Amino acid sequence: MNNTVKRIAVACLAMFALLMVNVNYVQAVKADKYSEDQRNLRNFYERYAVQRGRITAGGKEILAQSRDTGSSEFRFVRQYTDGKLYAHITGFFSPESASGIEAAENKLLDGSSSDLLLRRSIDLFTGEPTKGANVDLTINPRAQKAAYDALRASGKRGALVALNPKTGAILAMVSLPTYDPAELSGTSKKQVFTRYDELAKDKSQPLLNRAIGQTYPPGSTFKVVTAAAYLEDDDSRGPNTTVQAPQRLPLPGTTISLPNYGGAACGAGQVPLVFALEKSCNTPFGSIGMELGYAKMKEQTEKFGMGEQIGVPMSVTQSDFGPEEDKAALAMASIGQRSNRMTPLQMAMIAAGIANKGTVMKPYLVNKITDSKGDSIEDADPQELSEAVSPETAGKLREMMVSVVNNGTANLAQIPGVQVAGKTGTAETSDNRPPHAWFISFAPADDPQIALAVIVESGAANVGAEATGGHTAAPIAKQVMEAVLKN
Amino acid sequence: MSEMAATPVPLPAKRRGAQLLMLALAVGITMFAYANVGLALNGKVPAGMLTYGLGLGGFMLAAYLVLAKWAPWADPLILPLVTLVNGIGLVMIYRIEESHAIGTGGASATNQLIMTGIGVVLFAVTLIVLRDQRALQRLTYTAGFVGLFLLISPLIPGLGKTVNGSRIWIGFGPATIQPAELAKIALVVFFAGYLVAKRDVLALAGRRLLFIDLPRARDLGPVLITWAVSLGVLVLQKDLGSSLLLFGTFIAMLYIATQRTSWVLIGILLFVGGAFLAGQIFDHVQARFEVWLDPGRQEFFDRQLGGSAQLMQGLFAMGAGGILGTGLGQGHPYLVPLSFSDFIFSATGEELGLTGLMALLMVYALIVERGLRTSLAARDPFTKLLAGGLSFLLAWQLFIIVGGVTNLIPLTGLVTPFMSQGGSALLANWILIALLVRTSDAARQPPPQAIQNEGLTQVFQR
Repeated sequence: MNNTVKRIAVACLAMFALLMVNVNYVQAVKADKYSEDQRNLRNFYERYAVQRGRITAGGKEILAQSRDTGSSEFRFVRQYTDGKLYAHITGFFSPESASGIEAAENKLLDGSSSDLLLRRSIDLFTGEPTKGANVDLTINPRAQKAAYDALRASGKRGALVALNPKTGAILAMVSLPTYDPAELSGTSKKQVFTRYDELAKDKSQPLLNRAIGQTYPPGSTFKVVTAAAYLEDDDSRGPNTTVQAPQRLPLPGTTISLPNYGGAACGAGQVPLVFALEKSCNTPFGSIGMELGYAKMKEQTEKFGMGEQIGVPMSVTQSDFGPEEDKAALAMASIGQRSNRMTPLQMAMIAAGIANKGTVMKPYLVNKITDSKGDSIEDADPQELSEAVSPETAGKLREMMVSVVNNGTANLAQIPGVQVAGKTGTAETSDNRPPHAWFISFAPADDPQIALAVIVESGAANVGAEATGGHTAAPIAKQVMEAVLKN
Repeated sequence: MSEMAATPVPLPAKRRGAQLLMLALAVGITMFAYANVGLALNGKVPAGMLTYGLGLGGFMLAAYLVLAKWAPWADPLILPLVTLVNGIGLVMIYRIEESHAIGTGGASATNQLIMTGIGVVLFAVTLIVLRDQRALQRLTYTAGFVGLFLLISPLIPGLGKTVNGSRIWIGFGPATIQPAELAKIALVVFFAGYLVAKRDVLALAGRRLLFIDLPRARDLGPVLITWAVSLGVLVLQKDLGSSLLLFGTFIAMLYIATQRTSWVLIGILLFVGGAFLAGQIFDHVQARFEVWLDPGRQEFFDRQLGGSAQLMQGLFAMGAGGILGTGLGQGHPYLVPLSFSDFIFSATGEELGLTGLMALLMVYALIVERGLRTSLAARDPFTKLLAGGLSFLLAWQLFIIVGGVTNLIPLTGLVTPFMSQGGSALLANWILIALLVRTSDAARQPPPQAIQNEGLTQVFQR
């Protein structure tokens, strides 16, 4: 029987060999495929295995942090203090995706970035668990709160962005309606996905960060750009240069003509530039646009940073002056209508550029990134984005914008003891809804600490003098400026 | 191997010291693994480590002492190897129990340790009571009836219990046992005794077809009966694993006894035919085949009964382990349903990785190899068949379950010997090992020699 026992031994050997080959196949060859499978919960747990870094504002206010649950599945869960207030900045950290800073700085927050290689190596030797880096934002919590409260009080949708004009640091960024990131950062996929679907389907688009992700016709606030192009075109021009201001501006090639707001007259038909801006007359800026031509207007918008791909680090939707069409279209675009579309951030950059002697700084949100031990990984390095106008032109524009607040449409933005510069806007929308109320401003005018843009969607409820951006949007801007200036 | 087998094994050394050392090593590895789990999960060495280690160590020392006294010539490797897999199994069960995850409520390392203790007692009792394995030959038909009764006992109304769709359990109050595990040993004893008696007849050649000598038609009886019983187990108890295990072992033993390849071919044809028919008739068999061919398909994954979710979770676990594994206590093996019993191999693969599984398979292969070596060295046909049958049974069972959870072959529920949680299987396998140890003691014992000088003999005998 020994022969057959030996053959059986060979058979057993073959069985073991087959098992070993197959185990190799499963664990070495197919392993990647298995780990990528959506049904494999391990990927899901991995997201929660590392203690993500904190997101803070102003170095101390904690916006988001990870709490240790001690569970082996969802070890660290994300918590948001004042979630709704900062929702569009921090974003959420859901089982399968993330948004805002959580997404943009994910590799640093979860510690996988190559910038943290040294830290990870040290942790490996000291046996400490890897922790993510902490991200500190440029947000000024007081300004953020003021902006959120004021905008919410309007009861409308809208957005506000405030910048430090000298550095480009974003001091406040609010978009309404908002959502609670905690609801999207739970560990129950079912709950999170159901809630996400609800929010995504909501017509008011609470998930959208309107401040950087939505473009609107800028309306009259755009007239400062037109004015900038006009002043840049000829050094001899100034606030007191006389411009044509007919009651209606005939648009070449069409049978229609461009009226002023509410069909009103603008002075005596020939007015100083500063007056046209104070009263926000349409006809002078329409004719200036046509006089300068598309190329010069387009160039000026680009000098304010339009057309540039910007990340703050979240990517910003590009603003656009519109395509080259006929003269009539150019006149409309020059007063912020037609195809002219701006993000609130872009409008804030325009105000900031004028405030900063003509230089637009690159806007940014991240002030400082430190590793888990507090050692600096990255510090904000303010960068010039573009030279929008000469310092002289900036000075003239500032003078005119101060006049708009002191003598013009934006008197509601006045702050006692502080000189504010600003420009109102009321942007018609194509559908038959009430126009949007805009306001851009900076203060103090002689040493600007803050520049901002605010839009209240359909905020200019009714037609009439009361309905301009000056009425709805300017008081909101005032409250935010006060929060920053009055320490 | 062939050189050694040609002549009776030349006076082997007892190697008791080496055995003790390896036993200590196996217990040591288990204790370190146990500490590793505690450190990874809770950051400290588990409180029960000493009791646990001393418990396992004590059991194995007892087993060693019994073996040294009552089977001094036994193979020195078998006991340490079995201790190692039993210990690794205990650690994995402990690790899964400690996760306190949903669905792991059934895992209990304490129960399994107690069962290991009882298993060692049965091991000792078997060695002490059964002084000569040839005594079993006289019990051939008794063993056959006991085996058959155990096999069909779950079908007895009031006694049998249906768990997870299979009727393979019998219950006495809260205690349940899986009689098929004990039945397999009784049946191997029966096959060995029966085949020794009938092998000359079964080996007679009948007609010759192509280049294969077919057995005589009238000798097909035993094969057909075993086939029918196996199919009965498959159909009535829905237990594919035991059915395949039983029939495969019988065919292998038939082949060892008769040296006729034709029996193997007939066996394979019968089984494949039977399985094919069963697949056509019974949904649960067909489901297994579908899942085997494409386990990743969403439709199969979502299927409640006979779906691929468990298999896929097992494969995910092994994939997550990769080459080196996540380390004990650092993976998520508890995500696999029944990770502490049927799928303990996958769970081990996640935490110990390919490296660990290869080592584990090597240990099993060594146990089987020692068993087959015993078969070669055995001096009488019954012992040869018994040792060969038991060894093949072990290898075949491992192939069926490990092949199943790694999707090499369709998945059929069987326990992983010595690792899966489950008292019946553990006890049965310890008895199986006791039988292997007993036969190896007989095989390695020097043949009795005429005593010429008593004093001299004693001096030189080691």
